[in-house]
Amino acid sequence: MTEAPKIELRDVHKAFGPKVVLDGLSLTVGKGESVVVIGGSGTGKSVMLKCVLGLLVPEKGSIKVDGQEVLGMDPAEREEVLRKFGMLFQGSALFDSLPVWENVAFGLIQGRRMERTKARDKAIEKLAQVGLGPEVGELSPAELSGGMQKRVALARAIAAEPEIIFFDEPTTGLDPIMADVINNLIIKCVRELGASALSITHDMASARKIADRIAMIYKGKIVWQGPTKTIDQSGNPYVDQFIHGRAEGPIKMEVKV
Amino acid sequence: MLDFLATIGRVIIAFLVTTGRLSLFTAQAVGHCVRPPFFFRLILRQMVEIGYYSLPVVGLTTIFSGMVLALQSYTGFARFSAEGAVATVVVLSMTRELGPVLAGLMVAGRIGAAMAAEIGTMRVTEQIDALTTLSTNPMKYLVAPRLIAGLTMLPILVLVGDIIGIFGGYLISVYKLGFNAATYITKTFEYLETIDVVSGLVKAAVFGFLVTLMGCYHGYHSKGGAQGVGAATTNAVVSASILILVFNYFITELFFSR
Repeated sequence: MTEAPKIELRDVHKAFGPKVVLDGLSLTVGKGESVVVIGGSGTGKSVMLKCVLGLLVPEKGSIKVDGQEVLGMDPAEREEVLRKFGMLFQGSALFDSLPVWENVAFGLIQGRRMERTKARDKAIEKLAQVGLGPEVGELSPAELSGGMQKRVALARAIAAEPEIIFFDEPTTGLDPIMADVINNLIIKCVRELGASALSITHDMASARKIADRIAMIYKGKIVWQGPTKTIDQSGNPYVDQFIHGRAEGPIKMEVKV
Repeated sequence: MLDFLATIGRVIIAFLVTTGRLSLFTAQAVGHCVRPPFFFRLILRQMVEIGYYSLPVVGLTTIFSGMVLALQSYTGFARFSAEGAVATVVVLSMTRELGPVLAGLMVAGRIGAAMAAEIGTMRVTEQIDALTTLSTNPMKYLVAPRLIAGLTMLPILVLVGDIIGIFGGYLISVYKLGFNAATYITKTFEYLETIDVVSGLVKAAVFGFLVTLMGCYHGYHSKGGAQGVGAATTNAVVSASILILVFNYFITELFFSR
């Protein structure tokens, strides 16, 4: 018997009023696999992640985690499934009111009821894993640079040692060197945990570096997917236009003067 | 004609949608207030924020209101030689009406706005989504502690405010208007009944709940960045203030209509 994919989205539809965002999207992520979904702004990348996490509810389709259908689950079951996930948000989404160490340990203290002293030690250990010293733990998130905030967010995402990690635009807003540092940390952390990863980005350098497989989303559908090394020979006009950053091609940007 | 009817229809639908959403939010929030687990550390923090840090504002408001009340009722009552009723007017007005309403409005401005801004910022910066992904229910973590703190701390604030307001009336009556101190104090308690204080405290609890509910509701549903957070803050203060005045009438009717 073949093993069920870690995540399986099938024919997922989601619209906000008349605006269709996901239009029959299907995608799978295998165990231990790192999949990156590329696509322009407003093509439905973030909505896809939020549908899997239950933050948004699709109108139609199926989303399975470890072979278990998650759409229509009751809140308690959904919470249990969410324990398998870690997520790095685009803007880091660190809690301003808490010091850095408590941000990292948050899921352990609140979600898993770990003792605060133990959770603090674990947070310091995770901060070290992303290259930050214990003194950073006492600072407030507002005192950190963008790159450091991303590292803290990464430490928080991996703190509870999740089986699946989502990365939402992990390198957006960072300089190229810091972006590469974050990419290396993502690869290291995902490998160490043996986790499955689903990332969304429009940064091709990042996608090429962290992905085993790349999928391209356009108008709420996956228009191409394949191993990372084949992306330059995809033969898909959407992918070609996107990876070369050309204004001319089948992808039309809505530009109003 | 059809356009006019469509506009009325849209307004009614929008009103019903908001009422339904607010009712669901309230039911969900109350459910989380009474079901464990409870975040005691957060409840305590909110209690300090609402109760302790609002004391100067409420104290200043009530002391000057008590002073003005004594002065106004003295000059007004002097027209028909009823100056002796000043102490009774001050104590009844403070405990039944001015204490809870003024404290409610002040806390709506201070706490309701702050809650809407804080929760609204958390919404637009995805911090609320982050809570969900960290296996923490945002309603339980953010809303329930604030509602519990509002419900319990406002009556205490109002009780302190009542005492300060009555003391303000005493200061003006004794040191400016020349009342005898002992007589004034006796008059203060002569006609004061338990229901006067209790009705004020019930009002305070309801106002505390409304202020925190509006702050949380508007913050939780804010969208669109800084402008959305600004709108949520304004809506929280305006809706809480209106609800305080509306509920003030109904609670007064409940306690004192004959």
